[in-house]
Amino acid sequence: MSAVRTLAFRRFLHEVGPVDAVGVEERVAKYGTRSIKRQAKVFGLKLAASMVDLTTLEGKDTPGKVAALCAKALRPDDRDDGGMSCPPVAAVCVYPSMVAAARRALGPRSPVRIASVATAFPSGQAPLATRLAEVRAAVGAGADEIDMVINRGAFLSGEFTRVGDEISAVRDACGQAALKVILETSELETYDAIRAASFIALRRLRPGDFIKTSTGKTSSNATLGNNQVMLDAIRDHYLASGVAIGMKPAGGIRTAKQALTFLIAVKETLGDAWLTNTRYRFGASSLLNDLLRQLEKERTGAYQAPYRFSEATESY
Amino acid sequence: MPRLPITKTPKVYVGGAFIRSESGRTFPLRDARGRLIGHVPQCTRKDLRNAVEAAAKAGPGWARRTAYNRGQILYRLAEMIEARTGELSHALAPASNRAAAREVAASVDRLIHYAGWADKCEQALGSVNSVAGPFFNFTTSEPMGVIGVIAPAECPLLALISLIAPAIVTGNTVVALASEPQPYPAIVLGEMLATSDLPGGVINLLTGLRRELLPTFASHAHLRALSGVANAEERTALERGSADSIRRVRLRADTARTDWFADTAQGLSMIRDLVEFKTTWHPIGA
Repeated sequence: MSAVRTLAFRRFLHEVGPVDAVGVEERVAKYGTRSIKRQAKVFGLKLAASMVDLTTLEGKDTPGKVAALCAKALRPDDRDDGGMSCPPVAAVCVYPSMVAAARRALGPRSPVRIASVATAFPSGQAPLATRLAEVRAAVGAGADEIDMVINRGAFLSGEFTRVGDEISAVRDACGQAALKVILETSELETYDAIRAASFIALRRLRPGDFIKTSTGKTSSNATLGNNQVMLDAIRDHYLASGVAIGMKPAGGIRTAKQALTFLIAVKETLGDAWLTNTRYRFGASSLLNDLLRQLEKERTGAYQAPYRFSEATESY
Repeated sequence: MPRLPITKTPKVYVGGAFIRSESGRTFPLRDARGRLIGHVPQCTRKDLRNAVEAAAKAGPGWARRTAYNRGQILYRLAEMIEARTGELSHALAPASNRAAAREVAASVDRLIHYAGWADKCEQALGSVNSVAGPFFNFTTSEPMGVIGVIAPAECPLLALISLIAPAIVTGNTVVALASEPQPYPAIVLGEMLATSDLPGGVINLLTGLRRELLPTFASHAHLRALSGVANAEERTALERGSADSIRRVRLRADTARTDWFADTAQGLSMIRDLVEFKTTWHPIGA
């Protein structure tokens, strides 16, 4: 049942190399000890805000709620008097049925991109033809980016070629839209499996595409540990092939401090070339207001109350 | 067989946990004869920030409880203190045994006083108002949110409890700075809070230096009110900071010589200081 026990998995892992789990845990524990102060902190906070994929993925989403999300995405700090103390976020992330509403709210040439989850998110348990049709529908409605889930059932039973071929099929259905491949790390169980799944995806992706940790719909979400394993895979793939793939941790990143720690991991693993929203994103919603709060604290010197900022969806 | 002496590490009670200062700093605590008792956490502005976060998190749940239940919990806290009178009296040294026992007893009585008010203050504070129109008009009280409490140097237990109890009884949560020269009773009080039914984060106790922490009490926008005792210079700074974030300030002058044992140091007016009033106009049918 578990992928870790199949022969196919061991063969594949032999090829891409296993993960030193204890080493990863020790390394990420050190990231929290870096001292980021003043200008570097303000730079990091603004950078993190520019990397947010502001997300709402709920059954109760309405066009009105998506329009409010888009307004927040364009101008995160509504007290901003045009000085742009906080840049617009990278993208809004919605269900395919809400893409048209997001496009209406943002307009045709927006600095904020529209990402849509597709492929029977979050489980991915639908026929391939259905999943591909969903991707085409989302792109047709105006999505700039597609967040797909991998077929974890196939992965865990050792059918790696099938997992890869499905990613290729979705990639081709995306056309010009960028693709983000969600591994759903919480269902892969081990760091070895996360590394293996990362490579399956990385080898099928084009420059400008992303790999992503989680759907945000399961018990555990992005952690520094699985972020690190995926960053290492991106680095190894880049050194071997020259193809630069982006990374998106999603779910569970709620505080500015967490976001800065993730950025430290990016800088120390992949370098400055990845410190841009074309190569690194945060799938989050409540994170944005905490970033604003800390930016305002840096500006005024006074700790801020959360209710002083316009509401963002708090569910992700 | 001789035993190794087991001494207690004084820690402050924040968010339902016993913590050291994030800075790792401490200041020495000495008894009347100058012997070292222990090292007390010297909390920083970041500890205050974390305490406010803990208090804000606990707030909605505490305010949602019924007033009756909050009263029961305050009563339970009084029971916990009563049962450990000896330990608290000891913590109140250098006061004489008799004075210390008197202060603990008065502290228990004060909690019982406010426990009684819990489900009665709304009747006394709220009102039904006569208005010039066909409206049912009524005023009710609501908790303000996170309250900053600044305890005076004297009466390190009784004054602290006298300031905290009227704040939490209506559903506020509290971040309190203990007496600077005598912080130890607040440390022991934290241990009693942990064994009462009070949810973690409703009362957060910090020890440290006033000159380090008061500027953050003044500027932190998430504190909705300040209650306590301060000297003229401190009051000016706290009031100025509070004007920026439109915060209520209820500070007594340190020269006022408040008698914390007296009946005037308790009562409905102390509760009223820390609630918001909401008036509702409801049309009366044709």
